[in-house]
Amino acid sequence: MTGADLVIVLPEIAIAIAGMVLLLLGTFLPQNSTRLVTWLCLLVLALVLVLVWSVVPNARITAFGGLFITDQFSRFMKLLVLMGSGFAMAMSLGYVEREHMARYEFPLLLLFATLGMMLMISANDLIALYLGLEMQSLALYVVAAFRRETVRSTEAGLKYFVLGALSSGMLLYGASLVYGFAGTTGFDGLAVVLKGDEISAGVVVGLVFVAAGIAFKLAAVPFHMWTPDVYEGAPTPVTAFFAAAPKIAAMALFARVLLGPFGGLIGQWQQIVFVLSLASMLLGAFAAINQSNIKRLMAYSSIGNVGYALVGLTAGTEQGLRGVLIYMAIYLFMTLGTFACILAMRRQGRMVEQIADLAGLSKSNPMLALAFAMFMFSMAGIPPLAGFFAKYFVFLAAIQAHLYFLAVLGVLSSVVSAYYYWRIVRVMYFEDAVEGFDRPLDPTVAAVLAVSTAVITLFIFAPEVILGGAHLAAQSLFPA
Amino acid sequence: MNGFPLLSAITFLPLAGALLLLFINGEPALVARNARWVALWTSLITLILSIYLWLAFDRNSAEFQFLERVQWMRDFGMVYQMGVDGISMPFVLLSAVLTPICVLASWDAIQTRVKEYMISFLVLETMMIGTFCALDFVAFYVFFEGVLIPMFLIIGIWGGPRRIYSAFKFFLYTLTGSVLMMLAILAMYVSAGTTDITALIHHQFPPQLQIWVWLALFASFAVKVPMWPVHTWLPDAHVEAPTAGSVMLAGVLLKMGGYGFLRFSLPMLPHASEVFTPLIFTLSVVAVIYTSFVALAQEDMKKLIAYSSVAHMGFVTAGMFTITQQGLSGGMFQMLSHGVVSSALFLCVGVVYDRMHSREIATYGGLVYRMPIYAAVFMVFTMASVGLPGTSGFVGEFLVMIGAFQVSTWLAALITTGIILGPAYMLWLYRRVIFGRLVKEELKFLRDLSPREVAVFAPLVLLVLWMGIYPTSFSSVYDASIVNLMENYKLALSGGSGITVAGAFGL
Repeated sequence: MTGADLVIVLPEIAIAIAGMVLLLLGTFLPQNSTRLVTWLCLLVLALVLVLVWSVVPNARITAFGGLFITDQFSRFMKLLVLMGSGFAMAMSLGYVEREHMARYEFPLLLLFATLGMMLMISANDLIALYLGLEMQSLALYVVAAFRRETVRSTEAGLKYFVLGALSSGMLLYGASLVYGFAGTTGFDGLAVVLKGDEISAGVVVGLVFVAAGIAFKLAAVPFHMWTPDVYEGAPTPVTAFFAAAPKIAAMALFARVLLGPFGGLIGQWQQIVFVLSLASMLLGAFAAINQSNIKRLMAYSSIGNVGYALVGLTAGTEQGLRGVLIYMAIYLFMTLGTFACILAMRRQGRMVEQIADLAGLSKSNPMLALAFAMFMFSMAGIPPLAGFFAKYFVFLAAIQAHLYFLAVLGVLSSVVSAYYYWRIVRVMYFEDAVEGFDRPLDPTVAAVLAVSTAVITLFIFAPEVILGGAHLAAQSLFPA
Repeated sequence: MNGFPLLSAITFLPLAGALLLLFINGEPALVARNARWVALWTSLITLILSIYLWLAFDRNSAEFQFLERVQWMRDFGMVYQMGVDGISMPFVLLSAVLTPICVLASWDAIQTRVKEYMISFLVLETMMIGTFCALDFVAFYVFFEGVLIPMFLIIGIWGGPRRIYSAFKFFLYTLTGSVLMMLAILAMYVSAGTTDITALIHHQFPPQLQIWVWLALFASFAVKVPMWPVHTWLPDAHVEAPTAGSVMLAGVLLKMGGYGFLRFSLPMLPHASEVFTPLIFTLSVVAVIYTSFVALAQEDMKKLIAYSSVAHMGFVTAGMFTITQQGLSGGMFQMLSHGVVSSALFLCVGVVYDRMHSREIATYGGLVYRMPIYAAVFMVFTMASVGLPGTSGFVGEFLVMIGAFQVSTWLAALITTGIILGPAYMLWLYRRVIFGRLVKEELKFLRDLSPREVAVFAPLVLLVLWMGIYPTSFSSVYDASIVNLMENYKLALSGGSGITVAGAFGL
């Protein structure tokens, strides 16, 4: 370990130390100091964002004997994860106080989950990967069950834990097989070993298990079963958190593992990702049609979105990866904005979650309804909103890679999913008003709403901000 | 124009008006009044700018004019490029003419959520004009699809009793076609490395690819035109939409399909167009004959006019794919004429609907005794619809038939039946509504057209007669472009490609 290594992991170290300090601080502060701790956590995230942006070198550097890596790819993904975590944490401020779950551990758990995600993104070794993943997952199991007095929340936590543990087991088993047959766990070493023509069946079996384990975290069909229940049962800000940052981290991990160490096995994993992608798009489209709970609907929507992002990964090309990165960046803002709207669904101090509760929102709260409609149109992929371009770039990669079948079924399933997104618009705009929602919005929720709306509507005018970053990030995984 | 982005100004001025409206707040009655005036003035200024465009347009050139070009997404070959040639310019004018008319027509008819209504129309105008001005395929797609959002809201919020069903049907049909077009755009980009329309026109796509891309584009444009058998969303959408919504649908939205064929399918994919010409002819003939008969059976005035639209658009597609100068010119003229005439007919229905709140033909009868001016106006548009010489309808249909005759006698003969069936349903409609004895009590106190309604109809009557009596004012705009299109098409085919439908599908 050298000083140079420490600079590279500076953001992670900063989060870890700050987290522990705040944990101690929280114990000594009075009971009602959750708000203070949350703001401090947000400050930490902001500082780390600056560190990732400006201090960590942009070039591809490994540290700690090749366990840890930073490059443009990890930089892009970490920025997204930090923004996702920060926005979700900020939105929880008012909620936790109203719902009597204001304990200082809540923001800290989210902070530790974020640390896990950053480690996942920078993992360059199967062991490092597993550690990051578990760090994230353990924190998430707890926050899913954070409202321990309600049955639904504890059920969500338990379900998430049992299925998550199963997936971790599969991942670990796959990693051990890969190690057994390839003789190394380092990504750089694996990339060399697995380049040859003769690949033993054991490595392929290992790859399948590793892929299944990560697909669990991504909630790609057929490993999605936990998602609707967990999304519905968990407290809403936690659901918002689940839908944004962990997906990005898992997608980063999936891309790095498949394109890096297993890059030579593209013929093997392309079929896996193809099926994951297609099944996710179709299930996300059809299963959501009949949902009446908006959080459950968003669960299926997130499954579908993962399917679209995986279209780009299926291509296995630089263009494909760039499509995935653009997709995830835009998805982050769409989904956080949508959850900001869902968090605004509060009537006489109580949260409501039925789609029918949105009836007539365009009359009772026109601006909120307009923003919500924009997110739904964007999710459905209607131009000129950003969601269209997200889909455009992944399908572009699919066409370039001659995946015509996937592309045609993909766009057709997007029409089906458009139906249920537009159904929400219908409820808000075409139906008669019921009682409006409580006002005013929490200031932090309003801020997230404003930022997300701005990003998805103005993307078309300044696309280079996201496209340029995604371009550099994708390039870094495909050295010329 | 030295550097002034005229086309962008015309396109985005309505959007600016819509944004302004978004921030008008206060007492409901006052907001409604302000919203109406802002919308009217915005659309009138847009109209003035586009009339200037029409006058400044160089009619002898087939090139794109008023070009604007800004880098957009460089890595993906996208540019923000605007420009018009003879094929697109008339549609810009059409959109700009119809929007203020729609605003005026909705002045009293719309009383709920006026602000949102006017915003929807202004956004719709931006999207429509943008569709015709865009010279980048992705930008075109953005505008083309962007139309869906305001139109969905217009039908769904201010529509009739079955508005939700109709709005969803409209939206799902259109979107399904459009997403396939998106794949076609991607395939063309992968082949040509750009989405710049001016470059795509000169790119030679491999014949095999042309077949698939043509079919994907066809899925989108055929729904929009609409061609039989994917026309069924149109009657539903028309019946449920508010009057001004129907005007926009019939006047401009349907033309986007025809424009798409002229801008993309024919010049970029000549080999595939040649292969599929019999398909287009067949569908057009079915549309003309079948929907004319369906129109005869309608009880609802709006539905009748909607079916007549499908029949008239059948003329357009048949004419365009003859690739003769008369056929293409006739198709263009028919689109413009239909844009004015069918819009006016929907407005005519709107006038009596506002008074009686019924679109049933059986509700009316003998209106000529109470509403002579209305009867006269309705007469003009009925005659234009059936193609009486001296009105705009005649020119288009006649040219299409000349074009069809050069290609196939059978095609011409079958298309001509539409000229016989058209008067059958239109004149019968007119007779049942306007003539007969005025026996129904509730009709005896109807008012004739108000000055505002006269102001709505006057420009349309003028246009119909002008287009019928001196069509050159309009056809001279697009003649050069059409000749150019035809020559390039013939040139591209002269080499021969040797593809057949069976070969393309690997049979």
